[in-house]
Amino acid sequence: MASKVTTTQSIDLARARKNTRKERWQSFWSVMTQNKAAMVGAVIIGAYLLMMLIAPILAPFDPYDISLEDKLTPPSMEHWMGTDDKGRDILSRILYGSRLSIGVGFASVLFGAFFGITLGLIAGYYGKWVDTIISRVLDIMLAFPGILLALAIISALGPGLINVTIAVGVFSIPLFARIVRGSTMEVKKLEYIDAIRTIGANDFIIIFRHILPNVMSPIIVQGSMRLATAILSAAGLSFLGLGAQPPSPEWGAMLSSGRDFLFSAPYMAIFPGLMISILVLGFNLFGDGLRDALDPKLKK
Amino acid sequence: MFLFIAKRLVQIIPVILGVTLVVFLIMQMVPGDPAAILAGEGASQDTIEQYREDLGLNRPIAEQYLTYVGNVFQGDFGNSLKNKQPVLDEILLRLPITMELAFYSILITVVLGLAAGIISAVKPYSIRDVSVMVVALLGISLPSFWLGLLLMYLFSVKLQWLPVAGWDGPANIILPAVTLGVGGAAIVARMTRSSMLDVIGQDYIRTARAKGLKEHFVIYKHALRNALIPVITVVGLQFGSLLGGTVLVESVFAINGLGRMIVDAIRTRDLPMVQGGVLVASLVFVFVNLLVDVLYRAVNKRIDLN
Amino acid sequence: MSKEVVLQVKNLKTHFTTSKGIAKAVDGVDFTLHKGETLGIVGESGCGKSITSLSLLRLIPSPPGKIVAGEILLNNKDIVKMKEEELRKVRGNQLSMIFQEPMTSLNPIIPVGEQIAETIRLHQRLPRKKAWQKAVDLLELVGLPSPEKRAKQEPFQLSGGMRQRVMIAMALACTPEVLIADEPTTALDVTIQAQILELMKDLQRQIGMSIIFITHDLGVVAEVCDQVAVMYAGQVVEHRNAKDLFKTPLHPYTQGLLKSLPNIHENQEVLQTIEGSVPSPYDYPIGCRFADRCPHAKEICREEAPELLETENENTKVRCFMHTEKWNSIRQEGELVCP
Ligand SMILES: Nc1ncnc2c1ncn2[C@@H]1O[C@H](COP(=O)(O)OP(=O)(O)OP(=O)(O)O)[C@@H](O)[C@H]1O
Ligand code: SF4
Ligand SMILES: [Mg+2]
Repeated sequence: MASKVTTTQSIDLARARKNTRKERWQSFWSVMTQNKAAMVGAVIIGAYLLMMLIAPILAPFDPYDISLEDKLTPPSMEHWMGTDDKGRDILSRILYGSRLSIGVGFASVLFGAFFGITLGLIAGYYGKWVDTIISRVLDIMLAFPGILLALAIISALGPGLINVTIAVGVFSIPLFARIVRGSTMEVKKLEYIDAIRTIGANDFIIIFRHILPNVMSPIIVQGSMRLATAILSAAGLSFLGLGAQPPSPEWGAMLSSGRDFLFSAPYMAIFPGLMISILVLGFNLFGDGLRDALDPKLKK
Repeated sequence: MFLFIAKRLVQIIPVILGVTLVVFLIMQMVPGDPAAILAGEGASQDTIEQYREDLGLNRPIAEQYLTYVGNVFQGDFGNSLKNKQPVLDEILLRLPITMELAFYSILITVVLGLAAGIISAVKPYSIRDVSVMVVALLGISLPSFWLGLLLMYLFSVKLQWLPVAGWDGPANIILPAVTLGVGGAAIVARMTRSSMLDVIGQDYIRTARAKGLKEHFVIYKHALRNALIPVITVVGLQFGSLLGGTVLVESVFAINGLGRMIVDAIRTRDLPMVQGGVLVASLVFVFVNLLVDVLYRAVNKRIDLN
Repeated sequence: MSKEVVLQVKNLKTHFTTSKGIAKAVDGVDFTLHKGETLGIVGESGCGKSITSLSLLRLIPSPPGKIVAGEILLNNKDIVKMKEEELRKVRGNQLSMIFQEPMTSLNPIIPVGEQIAETIRLHQRLPRKKAWQKAVDLLELVGLPSPEKRAKQEPFQLSGGMRQRVMIAMALACTPEVLIADEPTTALDVTIQAQILELMKDLQRQIGMSIIFITHDLGVVAEVCDQVAVMYAGQVVEHRNAKDLFKTPLHPYTQGLLKSLPNIHENQEVLQTIEGSVPSPYDYPIGCRFADRCPHAKEICREEAPELLETENENTKVRCFMHTEKWNSIRQEGELVCP
């Protein structure tokens, strides 16, 4: 009888948490919209996403169309960003390339987030030896400096954009897993989780209906920050010739071919790099704002 | 303290074993027959079988791994597929170059980052602070390979102040070290600023002011030293991304360091070379982290109690 | 009774501008401190005691805080108007402070001896060695066992009581004219509390300084203070000799406070507490700030704010209409008004 009372109380508590979640969302929204930097970031990201979608409409030329008599023309009214060594219009290539560069970034973060969140939930929820094993594996993944783990993976899988996506994604796994593991452990301790268990919820329901929504905000913050790094790393690998291959208009690959013409046609390297920088800046601005809005602890 | 170091040393053994395992598995993940790959393209069936026998590739995987670890600890990283020379020789040639680059870069990261962070924190929300933080935000957003090209274009091509590429003298070090260091400097600056602001709000800073100390004493003697403690950890982590970054920057500036060696080896599918390079770079990072831990501990003796 | 005045505070107002509005944490505080005397400042938590004491040294975190009005006259010089340079010479030298939080008020990574010695070097221009020796002497004076050894230690190696002794030694380093002690003992356990209080009284006798003693423990006030200023909602409501105050409290709030003290003579069983709650510093009523909790409140109390006025007794000030001449001619609240 006594346990029944506490159970229903705790379920009310669960409901109350849902409501506070709504309130939190509202306060999050107001903090975000008040944060000018975050808004600038959101606008930048929005613009890029739009560019991805309507690239064919915007592009004045075919990105793959070689016309050697027009090669290496500096920016002009006709070719706003000039043409490359094969006479292709750089602006059009950049517009089309957005699909590759941004797409790889999102895909790799989704990949890393999926496995990272799963591992983190399992480690945090089950604890004990499961946690020990998963945590050790994560430690080892973090022991590789920077993009070297990605390089190692590419060396095994071979170059290519898909392999770059996987390699960069793997690198994100431990970062998501760590955050989720910590938050899961905290949420698991809350008493309403026990109460839900006593009324018959199984692990699956508890994890996905009750724990996951509660660890969402750190995941989102991390995701936004990771997108910036993932886009940078993927472009870097393509720059090294390990990702997208010519004639792909992926920005890192474009930058790489532009490097050979740094003396005669610097614009070939300048524009793709500028595009990457502005996008990454957008994600960083947005990520900073998100962190302030979602994590009041970190706010100054 | 001695006990602490000993304990940490023991703790990193599984990490090192894990790293070697991952590096070992690279070879296993490669599609195709490892013996054929190691024998090189166009090798005859006999040669391949000979390789399989010599390298023990016909034995169980666990045994192969143990042999690999054993060899690595004896300094045998295998031979390059390209020139059949020991991988270790090549690494020993390249590592000092990369370490030198990393040293100057981390110097820039720390000095520039701390200076910028302090300048910002002393007058928060001033024009000075906002501009420093905007620059720092740019610093973490620019791809290093692009920044490297821009600097090269500006200082080597246009102004002709500095050499374009190579690794022959001090002038060659400047651009790559700056390129590699600024990203970390931006992160250290942001961290230093927030840590300083945190410390400046502490009770003991109020005490220092209540004693009548001059503001710069309050900042440098009382606040900065405390604020630096969390920054140490960030610098340690930064060293990791910096090591990874050498791969890109060495390629941009045509420096024959370890990073470029790894990239070239991936391009030519020289797997033992890749394995050796990645393994050594990771070991360096593991030991730098250990060093940072010890340093952190030394500055922050209070952890003793907790 | 014409003792020399060391410190006089007039109409001090310290406000905080926050997103919720303006918090008038200190809103018109007046008191006088005489040479060699101990003035107790008492009041409930949040009434503005700490902010008052921090204002005296201009240590209010700004933003959000700011001294918006008033004078703080130390030997007739106004601290509010001092330049940074001048202010630094006062801080830790003529006017020093012991903080409410002994655990966090010492720098965690600097040896405690050095934290004392640096003050001495700063204000007395002593060479390093002499300053260190003096710091060790001070630690001995405040009763820290094996001071030589302790001086070299960092705060985490010391207990709370020892840290508070270090704070006291630090505050006394330059023999200040005025020592402000903000609840120096609340964070400590009872036996150590008594030792620290004893120590402070002792040192006061030796050095001849004046003390502002902030506390919400009336028992301690009775023990150590000559004068008392009772604070309520950012203002002083009663300011007078401690003995008189305990004998015949004038302000209804003081009366309430004293009733809530365990009284041995009357053998009270249940402690009385004052009902109701303190008004928010963001939104004080226009009238008397105590009106909602006051058993004597009349209509005028809600319409007009009482001032801190001297009564017929010299050196006795109270902020209450009950002690003005017009009080008796005013009708009680709720009394029927005859046409
Ligand atoms: N930084 C701040 N921002 C806004 N309001 C503040 C700030 N600091 C203090 N206050 C307000 O000032 C009021 C007085 O605080 P103060 O610390 O002086 O109380 P106190 O009398 O010392 O209480 P206690 O006995 O608990 O130490 C508080 O009610 C608080 O609302
Ligand atoms: S002024 Fe009126 S309300 Fe205020 S304390 Fe005096 S009697 Fe009470
Ligand atoms: Mg206080």
